[in-house]
Amino acid sequence: MGIGIRIENLRKVYHTPPPSAARGAGFSFVTQRSAGPKEKKKFEVVALDDISLEMRPGEVFGLLGPNGAGKSTTIGVLTTRTAPTSGRAFIGDHDVWQEQVRAKLLIGVVPQRPNLDFALTAREILLFHGAYFGQSARERTRRAGELLEKFKLTERADHMCRTFSGGMMQRLSIARAMMHDPEVLFLDEPSAGLDPQTRLLLWEIIRDYNRLGKTIVLTTHYMDEADSLCDRLAIIDHGKIIAQGAPRELKASIPGGYLLRLRFDRVPEELIAELKKLPGVTEVRSADHIAADVYADRGGPLIASIVNTAQAAGSELHDVHISEPSLENLFLHHTGRSLRD
Amino acid sequence: MNWKTFYALLSRDGHVARRNLLPMLVQNLLQPLLLTFVFGRVLTAGGMMQGAYKNVLLPGVMAISMVLAGVQAVAMPLITEFQFTREIEDRLLAPMEIGWLAVEKIVAGMIQALVSGLVVIPAAWLTLGSGVNLDFHQPLKFAAVCLLVAFFSAAGGLALGCSVGQTQIGLMFSLVLAPMMMFGCAYYPWSFLHNFPVLQYAVLINPLVYASEELRGTLTHVDHMNTMIVIAVLSGINLAVLVVGLKKFRGKAVS
Repeated sequence: MGIGIRIENLRKVYHTPPPSAARGAGFSFVTQRSAGPKEKKKFEVVALDDISLEMRPGEVFGLLGPNGAGKSTTIGVLTTRTAPTSGRAFIGDHDVWQEQVRAKLLIGVVPQRPNLDFALTAREILLFHGAYFGQSARERTRRAGELLEKFKLTERADHMCRTFSGGMMQRLSIARAMMHDPEVLFLDEPSAGLDPQTRLLLWEIIRDYNRLGKTIVLTTHYMDEADSLCDRLAIIDHGKIIAQGAPRELKASIPGGYLLRLRFDRVPEELIAELKKLPGVTEVRSADHIAADVYADRGGPLIASIVNTAQAAGSELHDVHISEPSLENLFLHHTGRSLRD
Repeated sequence: MNWKTFYALLSRDGHVARRNLLPMLVQNLLQPLLLTFVFGRVLTAGGMMQGAYKNVLLPGVMAISMVLAGVQAVAMPLITEFQFTREIEDRLLAPMEIGWLAVEKIVAGMIQALVSGLVVIPAAWLTLGSGVNLDFHQPLKFAAVCLLVAFFSAAGGLALGCSVGQTQIGLMFSLVLAPMMMFGCAYYPWSFLHNFPVLQYAVLINPLVYASEELRGTLTHVDHMNTMIVIAVLSGINLAVLVVGLKKFRGKAVS
């Protein structure tokens, strides 16, 4: 029961700008220009840099990372829409690029931006989608009715979908992906642009579908979404996996867990050395001369001693921000950047 | 090959075409009919053209309509579907090798080209009034050339639709389709170009020349090119356009 996914040493280099309209509204890869003396300058973007992953049957797997990290390209390769430069991808036992048709039968895809067939009504979109997958007329009529009801679209079912609001289009995209009852459901940034209420409805629908034993793969740059929805996560940045595991394990892997971001008027070396000696502090990082990031196993209780240490070193504390153990901190810890940077 | 999927995709295109039937007919028929009326009716009635010109004009107008209908039926939707909205994505994910989706587009385009071509005959015949002598004396050749022209227009639409961006649609019409129509021997037989020897041989790269000539040959008794040459050349062009179209389609479909 359930279908797993395996990715082996996947690499993707784009030589032309990827169709950003298709996937990923905000592609921002690292551009690498080859600098050989004879070589002509050519466009080259490494979107995936030797990625290997395993997603287990029946789990909700999340790809977390900032825009342009390579999440959508990974989904693109797994859903036959992006040809890998090298490496292999499997849905169940089927090599996605050797047995495309078999792979396509197993998957449903919710794109980052709705790509609904504007020439059709909502109901027709579902009916034709069912027909593409060989469902009988009776079966697809029944299933389309159920899904329209479930996604609260029955009232507008016979309207042209081009008149729909963004949220309705998103719901219809998900309904369409579920129409042929796929074993694996891919959702690329499913909650981008949704209001909080619709977002909760979406989460509920994803959990329900997962309860049927289906594998779910989703990309997101929302920490809370990854945290509450995913059984396991891979954190991607610049086409590389920087951490993977269950959200709880990942958070536990941050040294100390708590992060105190401090700002001083100045940060002399001895202040950093003294901060490191404080009880519960596991790591201190200072990128410039006015700020320091302190990783510790406690938050608030540490403030008094930090203030005292600063005074002793002749610095003045200007600002403190305490964050609890979170995936955001994990990302920051690995990359030195915030997910939203 | 997954025929159920192929058929479902074809019925999707049929469904959309039926929904847009009236605008589509106007788009494909109005211009050729107006041309037919002005050149075949107004000018002949006024004595500037001989009545026999009607027989030259009608097959040419039919060829133009077929080519335009096929190109528009395939190229225009493809241009939008591959652009910003990526509407075609769902069909690319249908359980079928993606090359077959291009083939399905060609089949749908052929059907529309054939329908347009066949509707033009009675419509133009009515517009032209008396003096048209149509003669289906070679029904098999007529059917063969209709199929070849329809295939050319649909496969050509595929190649164009996958090469042209949304902003270049106007350019496509003025740079590709307009010269093709004017130098397609639709309004005059190819032999009339003998006063312009360079042009006469230059236009031979234009598939519409063969389409007009052969339709003229199978529908009327006006002088025309040799049928076997026409069929051979059109088949060759069709194959080339198909190869280019499929290649371009794959390039667009998979990033």
